[in-house]
Amino acid sequence: MLEVKNLKVHLDTASGIVKAVDGVSFHVKAGETVGIVGESGSGKSVLAHSLMQLNPVPPATYPQGEIIFENRNLLDLKEKELRKIRGNEIAMIFQDPMSSLNPVFKIGNQLMEAIRTHQSMSRQNAEEKALELLKDVGIPDPKSRLNDYPHQFSGGMRQRVLIAIALACQPKLLIADEPTTALDVTIQAQILELMKDIQKKYGTAIIIITHDLGVVAQLADRVLVMYSGRIVEEGITGDIFYHTSMPYTWSLLRSLPRLDSDIHQRLKSIQGQPPNLVDPPKGCNFSPRCPFVTEQCLEVDPSLVDRGNGHRAACILSESEYEERKHEIQDIEREGVEQ
Amino acid sequence: MLQYTIRRLLSLIPVMLIVSIIVFLIVHLTPGNPAYLILGEDSSQESIEQLEVQLGLDKPMVVQFFSWIGNVLTGDLGQSVYSSEPVTQIIIDHLGPTFSLMVISLVLTLLVAIPTAIFVVWKRNTALDPIFISISLLGVSIPEFWFAMLMVLCFGVAIPIFPVAGYIPVAEGAINWFYHLFLPAFVLAAVEIGLVARMLRDGMLESVNQDYTRTAKAKGVKESIVLMKHVFFNALIPTTTVIGTTIAGLLGGTVIIETMFTIPGIGQLLIDSIYRRDYPVIQGVILFIAAIYVLVNLLVDLLYAVLDPRIRYD
Ligand SMILES: Nc1ncnc2c1ncn2[C@@H]1O[C@H](COP(=O)(O)OP(=O)(O)OP(=O)(O)O)[C@@H](O)[C@H]1O
Ligand SMILES: [Mg+2]
Repeated sequence: MLEVKNLKVHLDTASGIVKAVDGVSFHVKAGETVGIVGESGSGKSVLAHSLMQLNPVPPATYPQGEIIFENRNLLDLKEKELRKIRGNEIAMIFQDPMSSLNPVFKIGNQLMEAIRTHQSMSRQNAEEKALELLKDVGIPDPKSRLNDYPHQFSGGMRQRVLIAIALACQPKLLIADEPTTALDVTIQAQILELMKDIQKKYGTAIIIITHDLGVVAQLADRVLVMYSGRIVEEGITGDIFYHTSMPYTWSLLRSLPRLDSDIHQRLKSIQGQPPNLVDPPKGCNFSPRCPFVTEQCLEVDPSLVDRGNGHRAACILSESEYEERKHEIQDIEREGVEQ
Repeated sequence: MLQYTIRRLLSLIPVMLIVSIIVFLIVHLTPGNPAYLILGEDSSQESIEQLEVQLGLDKPMVVQFFSWIGNVLTGDLGQSVYSSEPVTQIIIDHLGPTFSLMVISLVLTLLVAIPTAIFVVWKRNTALDPIFISISLLGVSIPEFWFAMLMVLCFGVAIPIFPVAGYIPVAEGAINWFYHLFLPAFVLAAVEIGLVARMLRDGMLESVNQDYTRTAKAKGVKESIVLMKHVFFNALIPTTTVIGTTIAGLLGGTVIIETMFTIPGIGQLLIDSIYRRDYPVIQGVILFIAAIYVLVNLLVDLLYAVLDPRIRYD
């Protein structure tokens, strides 16, 4: 349904051209849930926004690549044709529900705007549809809530309203950019549950972007791991978690707190800073921080290599070399703890 | 809301009291003897003193102040020492032209400033924006009297398409009324157009990059509607304050403009009364202008609550 080929998004800033998305390829099948994970600043939001071309221009430019959605390259479409897709076939929910609703218009107005932009409908019918949507996303007493302003809603309720807005035209693809990051844990769980229900009910494909691997484990069929504007590992969720085959994902997983881990064990955060996206390092972008680093890594920029079963990873180490290095590192650490 | 309005109205009392003291002092401490001015140069000392007694100018200033303020509270602003008419009546008689002038300039201001700001924001990544900033800055910095003379020269003398003097009441024909007021109203509006358009542009540019604007775009809403609905109404809130001071600025501007275009309004009345040392009229007019100023500001505050649902005054 969606196929992104070698997409590049550059941001033209005062300090140089930021290569926020640097040659990304992936696909999403109808009804599937794909998770995109990565550290802050890895280009997840820029990538998500570029699918609907919502990045502010300037600074954003799209120098290369294709975004094929249902046999059309979205990058070739005129603004007018693109508008017909936005909110209608592809919809998006955003990171910060507190600021994503317009403070001066009523919820009903904003919801009905989403409906009536794409469907010619009388006010009356649109209002009924809006009521139904609010009910669907679990807002109590929807009738009176239509006339409320955003500030009268809590964060979780606002995110539900934003989901209702996104669902207004039953999109085929829903892009959720960190939909739960700004919410507290109980509300997070509710929103994720809601997204699962929606998918079951409407068969919507979902791209869920997050830096919370727990969210991905719960929702996603497949996972893309992003680092410095590129995809560095891709595979079905189980493979990514249990058969990790490149150092960045491994480090990312190790930095997670686990309930079953020894309380004396310290979290192993990834050393160093993500690379400068204006002038990335020579060789592998992760090499300056990689515990597995070899001399070759400083020279060769690895491309995604197929490891079978749709599992791809960008690392010059072969599977056996990777496993060997991993055990060495773990042994060294264990000795360090024992001493 | 009603409670808030009443509270605000009550808080206007001390403000107006201070204003009246200042007005009284300024007028009475200015040198120049009204009796002398009224009677002319070759009047006798005796007749001057007689008139002073008649006008109450011989009494101590404190006594004069309290008798004046006492009357003001009952709605009596006194009598003109020049024409003996009640000051309230004189103000009412001069209200029409000033009010007309202000309404036309305000409408003109909004009619020009709002579309300009929206257009500039729409073309925000072009060379239009710096050009707009220069012009609006020019509009704000040009002295009103100079611009008035320029306009008179251009459209009254060189290409005489507009009358440069006189006033025709609406009752005698709306078109003629508007025609006579257009040039002075435009001069008056020039400064305010620059100010309001600039404020609106700044507010809109800030709003353009907000998350809710992105949400609107993601819905597939047209850029023009995104700007005119989502962006504009958010930018309107901070701009309201400027529109409030604009109205006050227009009132101040009428003093110069009415004199230059010989429009018989409040501004001209004030200038004439100052020449005549007509104390009661001067005091009355200034007090009236101050009251309007304060009320407009109150109105703006209340308008805030209407425009911004997050503000509730209770
Ligand atoms: N408008 C912009 N101007 C300049 N640089 C930008 C802009 N927006 C994003 N960037 C840069 O692009 C890179 C990718 O940013 P992006 O917002 O996509 O990261 P992210 O992965 O979504 O991070 P987070 O998890 O914090 O949301 C970052 O280095 C960021 O500094
Ligand atoms: Mg982000």
